[in-house]
Amino acid sequence: MSSTPVDTAVDATARARDLLGVSRLTNSALTAWLHGLPGVDQVGCEARAAALGTRSIKTDSKKWAIDLAISMIDLTTLEGADTPGKVRGLCAKALTPDASDLTAPRPAAVCVYGDMVATARATLGTDSGVNIAAVATAFPSGRASMAVKLADTREAVAAGADEIDMVIDRGAFIAGDYLRVFDEIAEVKKACGSARLKVIMETGELVTYDNVRRASWLSMLAGGDFIKTSTGKVSPAATLPVTVIMLEAVRDWLDLTGEMVGVKPAGGIKTSKDAIKFLVAVNEVAGEAWLDNHWFRFGASSLLNDLLLQRQRMTLGYYSGADYITDDAPSLY
Amino acid sequence: MSRVEVKKTYKLYVGGAFPRSESGRSYEVTDSKGRFLANAALGSRKDARDAVVAARKAQAGWAGATAYNRGQVLYRVAEVMESRKAQFVEEVRAAEGLNPTRAAAAVDAAIDRWVWYAGWSDKFTQVLGGLNPVAGPYFNISAPEPTGVVAVLAPQSSSLLGLVSVVAPVIVSGNTAVVVTSFNRPIPAITLAEALATSDVPGGVVNLVTGNPAEMAPWLASHRDVNAIDLTGVADTDIAWAELERAAANNLKRVRRPLIVDGSAVEPDWTLSPGLNRIESYLETKTVWHPKGK
Repeated sequence: MSSTPVDTAVDATARARDLLGVSRLTNSALTAWLHGLPGVDQVGCEARAAALGTRSIKTDSKKWAIDLAISMIDLTTLEGADTPGKVRGLCAKALTPDASDLTAPRPAAVCVYGDMVATARATLGTDSGVNIAAVATAFPSGRASMAVKLADTREAVAAGADEIDMVIDRGAFIAGDYLRVFDEIAEVKKACGSARLKVIMETGELVTYDNVRRASWLSMLAGGDFIKTSTGKVSPAATLPVTVIMLEAVRDWLDLTGEMVGVKPAGGIKTSKDAIKFLVAVNEVAGEAWLDNHWFRFGASSLLNDLLLQRQRMTLGYYSGADYITDDAPSLY
Repeated sequence: MSRVEVKKTYKLYVGGAFPRSESGRSYEVTDSKGRFLANAALGSRKDARDAVVAARKAQAGWAGATAYNRGQVLYRVAEVMESRKAQFVEEVRAAEGLNPTRAAAAVDAAIDRWVWYAGWSDKFTQVLGGLNPVAGPYFNISAPEPTGVVAVLAPQSSSLLGLVSVVAPVIVSGNTAVVVTSFNRPIPAITLAEALATSDVPGGVVNLVTGNPAEMAPWLASHRDVNAIDLTGVADTDIAWAELERAAANNLKRVRRPLIVDGSAVEPDWTLSPGLNRIESYLETKTVWHPKGK
């Protein structure tokens, strides 16, 4: 982290003014810009997602895809009943995903509530290659004052979080108060310091695909390093069409600004087959550059075990079973 | 004007649903004289895998049901079959080339076999388990428990009686079954699936995959999430079943060998009273010590 604090919020606002071509960033300017984005063709988008899901990925490509998918997982536990033991178990699983095959890659990060970051850090150490992501800003509802949200974020960063997963104020977004959402993201980004910021849009609550597109652009405009579908607490969570829209958004954002933003679908992706469909979409929609855990993540817990089962099947030549793999979130009470 | 014939293309029975084969394949099923009967789904190794997943998912709930309840469910299968008896008789007759009287006898025996096993559901534990005498102030109790997911290679010849005789003893104790049906005579098994689906047997407890056992058996034998395998169906085929036994050793699966007569695997006489032997093949014994007190 640089010792001279950079006022990124000011930067975000200044950049937004530049991009929008206005001299002062107002809600009506944001509204005009976001509502000027092309509408999403719902039927076309769903058909495209379905078509991408039919690709058949075999043998060597599948092996590669499975290892890539494992390396992209944010291994997650976000329960009210999370104990330090469960978080330690989750971290142990991240360090050694498959005790019978140490060549299995580690997931990208563990994702926990802010108060569990210190516990996770103590188990993971600093050189494991596994990051710690903390949800913040009154996750999952986001219904708290700005001061509380910022304090939540700062505490998680101070405790050692490498990444912050924030939720946007969906109420404000749906009510059309885009400037408020923009300011919140920009403020939280400032509070993150060097931690990367993932902006959870909770697409399951945004009603339309047009809103998903607008929320994606708004999040990137305000300085999010990642756009993320969902908290995992609302159904539907990460669907393929929604992810396709987000991938289009980061692709177009790169064209417009030269900056790359990551994408993280979270919730509801449980099987290797599903994960591979998402990877196909990443490659086809955003491009090969995003096939890297710096730019694409899966928010999941049970997905890891299914990937490990498929991996064992490919290594061993026969089907494996749950008895040969540890729990997805083993508890070490 | 004559009516257009309704040609049937049957599907698999997996997890309580009737999916097509993942492979999209089917094959023609003929009667004993080679006349076309229907198309059946030609199951693949991935169908077998999906069936294992469904069986595993259903196993805890089925084993957790009371023995009394499992008995009722098995009896209900007999009831449903009884009301579709005419269809079963016709299909067994066509598949096995039996005369109507013999076919009816086979169907009756198959229905009675469900009733017979239903009766054993809450009794086999008393016979196969018990109190062991030990030198100390303890009760030492052995209780048989289901082993888990059982892969069954159903008999190739006896398309209904043989099938029921290998499936009922697997599920009566709380196991779930992945059954590869008779390759050339799958129609009675498909109708049994329809009977199971409309009885009270929970989805996934019995999964019936039509197709070639030579293709699917090696994958089931080596599958680490399968706890036991019944090799009855290798009789009168050229399947190298010693290889299956070797693959099964990998995760210490229980293996029930086919009946061997004069060095080759043959189908047993299914009309004989079955005894508890088949139930016993798919059980694990749990032994507990309990202080006796005064």
